[in-house]
Amino acid sequence: MTLVRASNLLALAVCLAWLAAALAAGALADVSQAINLERILAAPDRLARLGCDDLGRPVAARLIAGARTSLLVALSVAGCAMLVGTSVGLVAGWVGGWVDLVIMRLVDVVLAFPGLLLAIALAAVLGPGLVNLVLALVLVSWVSFARLARAQTLTLRQAGHVEAARAFAVPVPRILLRHVVPLMAAPLIVELTFAFAAVILAEASLSFLGLGVQPPEASWGNMIRDGKDFLLVAPHIVMAPGVAMALTVLALNLLGDRLRDRLDVALRQTSDGQSA
Amino acid sequence: MLKFFASRVLASFGVLFGVASLTFMLLHLTPGDPVEVMLGETSAQSDRAALREALGLNRPLPVQYYSYLTHTFSADLGESLYSNQPVAALIAERLPYTLSLTVTALVFAVCLALPLGVIAALRRGTSVDAAASMVAVAGLSIPNIWLGPLLIYVFAFGLGWVPVAGSEGAGSLILPTVTLGTSLAAVLMRMTRASLLEVLHAPYITAARARGLPTRRLLLRYALRNAALPILTVIGLQLGALLGGAVVTEAIFAWPGLGQLLVESIQRRDYPVVQGVVLFVGAAYVLVNMAVDIGYGWLDPRVRLTRAGLG
Repeated sequence: MTLVRASNLLALAVCLAWLAAALAAGALADVSQAINLERILAAPDRLARLGCDDLGRPVAARLIAGARTSLLVALSVAGCAMLVGTSVGLVAGWVGGWVDLVIMRLVDVVLAFPGLLLAIALAAVLGPGLVNLVLALVLVSWVSFARLARAQTLTLRQAGHVEAARAFAVPVPRILLRHVVPLMAAPLIVELTFAFAAVILAEASLSFLGLGVQPPEASWGNMIRDGKDFLLVAPHIVMAPGVAMALTVLALNLLGDRLRDRLDVALRQTSDGQSA
Repeated sequence: MLKFFASRVLASFGVLFGVASLTFMLLHLTPGDPVEVMLGETSAQSDRAALREALGLNRPLPVQYYSYLTHTFSADLGESLYSNQPVAALIAERLPYTLSLTVTALVFAVCLALPLGVIAALRRGTSVDAAASMVAVAGLSIPNIWLGPLLIYVFAFGLGWVPVAGSEGAGSLILPTVTLGTSLAAVLMRMTRASLLEVLHAPYITAARARGLPTRRLLLRYALRNAALPILTVIGLQLGALLGGAVVTEAIFAWPGLGQLLVESIQRRDYPVVQGVVLFVGAAYVLVNMAVDIGYGWLDPRVRLTRAGLG
């Protein structure tokens, strides 16, 4: 399957480029915000390979700054959501009883809303800005990790080695950390990869609506927001972040698919609330 | 059947109650004074007191909560701070636009996804299958906020086939439909392929094939009917993504639906409308999923038996 191999390589290359761009962004911070009125809406040329935006800022530098924003948001949202969701799911699955009941009803309520809609509403009441954006997205995305961790815990509780550990009176936190969590790592990693992709899209959507990253900070979402008014005269402003975002999300989705196949994780059953 | 039906309705009612509670909490999540946020920092003290009175924010929290719930369950969602119109009327005015957009997007997605998914499943492991899977992942990955402007650039500016934005005529619905429906089509295609593959391995398919049934009949009468149930469930669940995506899609195309109402109200800090729209969409989503669940149990007795006790 050469097509599969080629797509794997592409996915890896795009992810590395994304990381490299995010790391390089610090050095380009000034360039990405330097307004140059003579270069307003300039088409791509030798001075600016990807052209300039409506304030004469180089699109390439803003693209790189946007990569940093998306990586920052993806890392913090997916990381926090996994940490919170997994802990909550562990507790629900292990303790059971009314604790489980209360937690799962809370999860049901959060899942009852369309995810993006709830994130929009939360971002709106919390106010604009990067921290509030991360908070809003974490509040929406922890639930899928909680469901996953709970389901895994329920199964692993019955496993022989866990029962043995309990018979030896190993303290519960130690059982959970040493004997339960490592065994649910594979599905969690797969879920994390898909969460990365979803968070990038959500961040861009919120920033597109003016609720996320505020100018002059660059985000792929607010670049598209600013650029869409000049679509006819300067399509490059929208195309550059659009292509970058589509490629990054595509790469992460491909990576998630491969990881799922490789780690043999049966994820996202139809009855499990969320789907790919 | 009755027990299953009752347990589904009860569970959904519980979730609806939670949905209303969360929406109530939204306003209280505002850092600082929500009244100050709504009226601006320079607003007069008397105006603030008046608004606080009007929204009942000066009353104790449990009283506010109780009053919010009782009003909500009698379909009174309050009044807009901007236009003084009832929130329910504003929603009713915009609802047809969002409905037409989501329904056409759904139809578009199903029409695209079913044939592609069936072909991919039948040609499993071939390059056709691999290509279809790649197209599906690409469709899943392309952001709405880029696909929309891209389509406008090509089909409205470049080819001039359809209007750029707005809501006049059927032509104006085409680009928003494609923008909103693409990722759903990708999800459904993957699901169709997976669930058809599962069914094709079932003994009754082998039996039917051994009896010499023509492939077309085998597919339509035996395989697809059984594969349809998980696909239906996914459609119900994906409705949430569709409704969330509609907010963004409506913003791109200036389509005057609920999403636009939400975004406009956020910009005007018209929080009663924001709360109303979020509550309405959340509740609608819960009810649709309840209907899907019940329909699923009605179509497939196995579901009824295994899920009845679980609630």
